[in-house]
Amino acid sequence: MRFPFKTSYNQDIRLFRDRVDVFWYGLLAVAVLVLPLLMDEYYVGESTWVFIYGICGVSLMVLVGYTGLVSLGHAAFLGIGAYAHAFFIMHGAPWVVAVGLAVAITTACGLIVGLPALRMTGIYLAIATLAFSVIIQEVFSRWESVTHGFAGMKVDRPVIFGVAFADDRSFYYLCLFFLVIVLWLTRNLLRAPTGRAWIAIRDSEIAAQSMGVNLAIYKSMAFAYSAGVMGLAGALFAHKIAFLAPDIFNILLSIQFLLLVIVGGLGSLHGALFGAVFVALLPPLIAILRDSIPDSMAEFAAATGITPVASVGAAVGAFLAKPGVEAGIFGLILVLVILLEPLGMYGRWLKIKLFFSTFPMYKASTFKRQKSYMRSERLR
Amino acid sequence: MAVGCIYGLVALGFVLIYKATELVNFAQGDLLTLGAFVCYMAVVWWGLDYWVGFVIAVVVIGAFGALLDRVVLRQVIGQPQFAVVMLTIGLGAMFRTFASVTWGSEIYTLPTPFGGVWTIGGVTLSHQYLSIIAGTLVLCGVLYAFFNHTRLGVAMQATSQNQLAAYYMGIPVKLIFSLIWAISAGVAAAAGILLAPVTLIDTNMGLAVALKAFAAAVLGGFGSIPGALFGGIIIGLIELYAGATLPEGFKDTAPYIVLLLMLIVRPQGLFGTLTRKKV
Repeated sequence: MRFPFKTSYNQDIRLFRDRVDVFWYGLLAVAVLVLPLLMDEYYVGESTWVFIYGICGVSLMVLVGYTGLVSLGHAAFLGIGAYAHAFFIMHGAPWVVAVGLAVAITTACGLIVGLPALRMTGIYLAIATLAFSVIIQEVFSRWESVTHGFAGMKVDRPVIFGVAFADDRSFYYLCLFFLVIVLWLTRNLLRAPTGRAWIAIRDSEIAAQSMGVNLAIYKSMAFAYSAGVMGLAGALFAHKIAFLAPDIFNILLSIQFLLLVIVGGLGSLHGALFGAVFVALLPPLIAILRDSIPDSMAEFAAATGITPVASVGAAVGAFLAKPGVEAGIFGLILVLVILLEPLGMYGRWLKIKLFFSTFPMYKASTFKRQKSYMRSERLR
Repeated sequence: MAVGCIYGLVALGFVLIYKATELVNFAQGDLLTLGAFVCYMAVVWWGLDYWVGFVIAVVVIGAFGALLDRVVLRQVIGQPQFAVVMLTIGLGAMFRTFASVTWGSEIYTLPTPFGGVWTIGGVTLSHQYLSIIAGTLVLCGVLYAFFNHTRLGVAMQATSQNQLAAYYMGIPVKLIFSLIWAISAGVAAAAGILLAPVTLIDTNMGLAVALKAFAAAVLGGFGSIPGALFGGIIIGLIELYAGATLPEGFKDTAPYIVLLLMLIVRPQGLFGTLTRKKV
């Protein structure tokens, strides 16, 4: 186990803890840069989703994981970003300008939603954002001069300064670039006074206020920043999905984003990325399993002579092929994560790391939660 | 009006659970769907009488609610509210998938004994809608009597006001929690069965109702039982008038616009109280 010996404040807040960290992140960067050259184009396309969901995850992590404000309506911000971007592109704006405007518009929307949110907490806020997202979805389908309603809107792959990002590989690098920018920006914000104020608000509003944190300013800032990042994700999302329709940005997408941050682990940027990997790769994984389980089970049955195995495999395949099963699997995983591992995937990763670094001395009780009683959230 | 009563009933379920355990049950709408499906199975597949089916569905879903509390939700008491909300959202998704896998994605019609219409002074009242209103009134009356005039009901009120004090008075708080979940799930199932002839039964019927009921619960002030019913009726009426008078598209959004305005102007709702924490 390494014990970093800190002698100055700068050491405490720097981006990477030590050289070993720099080495591992560098290795990860190299891997992410090289992999698309080795992978099949289909998998490159699927991994692009990881980056887009990663940006969404960072956005929601700032709001939910760091500031403690729950939003059930983030799909609306994604939609506003996507539609604004597509609208400006269609009217001949250069790509960079369109993205800039999309981010600016979503940031403004975030501020507008954030203002009433200052008076609400907990469940009321969740419901208010939910109502907002339902209204916005209706706006998408009715404001046909801008969004084309249910006829939909086609979005081509981006052309930036004359460079076309037409194939999946180049688009992969574009998304990766923006993800890194967003991560870097967010990490810097979080280790600055702004981020510490957010965390203080999350842990106790009253304590934060007593320490001189201006709740109004920092809460609306969190909302605006989160919405702006979501707008950026929306612009990339529009290119990736290539066809915008109002019913994409529904409440289920918002719930999926919340699932992302919870499964990943609340309160860490790592968690946002772990969650993004999970949410982006689970549907293709289910599809692969659906196609391969019956065949492999049948082969196994033929090889061993145990015929019931084949019918079990066929039943599993048929079950996975039914509509709506994916949502149920997501639900099941959400329930299991909240019950068994409230810290999410990142928490599990920390535990595994601690297990190896303290090898024979690991105690499970290190992470054991204290016995907790119900704390009333009615009094605010 | 009748649909408003349904919103009110579902909102009542939210409020009951919230008042007692401070959990917000997002799966309420899916319990409603399950209730309607169970009643359909009892009536159509097994050929039972409508009223027998009604009772079976309410009892089965009520028991299921208690089980849910005992097995799943007991574990998360003391965790942040948000985690619990997500937990119930996950449960709701599981129930929906369960319903669509078990009963398929067809739309079912539940046969009811309420076929006729009454004409009073030129106004036609269909029995279906009347049955919903009557059912709501009866349920509310029963619940009111239960909460105010029985030992158990008073114990439940005490629990929801102050758990620790109730516990010291010898009230079995855990059992009370499970019972409240059972009542709340049973009310949801009853709402589903009453609603079934109007909207027909399919796997997604609960979700739309639950969202509106949510608006109703907030409008009435989360934590106030008459507020929930009142809010439900208001939401139903707003929806009706917005659909009739405002341009297309406002029917579905008007309740939410009202809700947002309400939250901005008076976040505690019509009947709610909001106290600031003393440090």
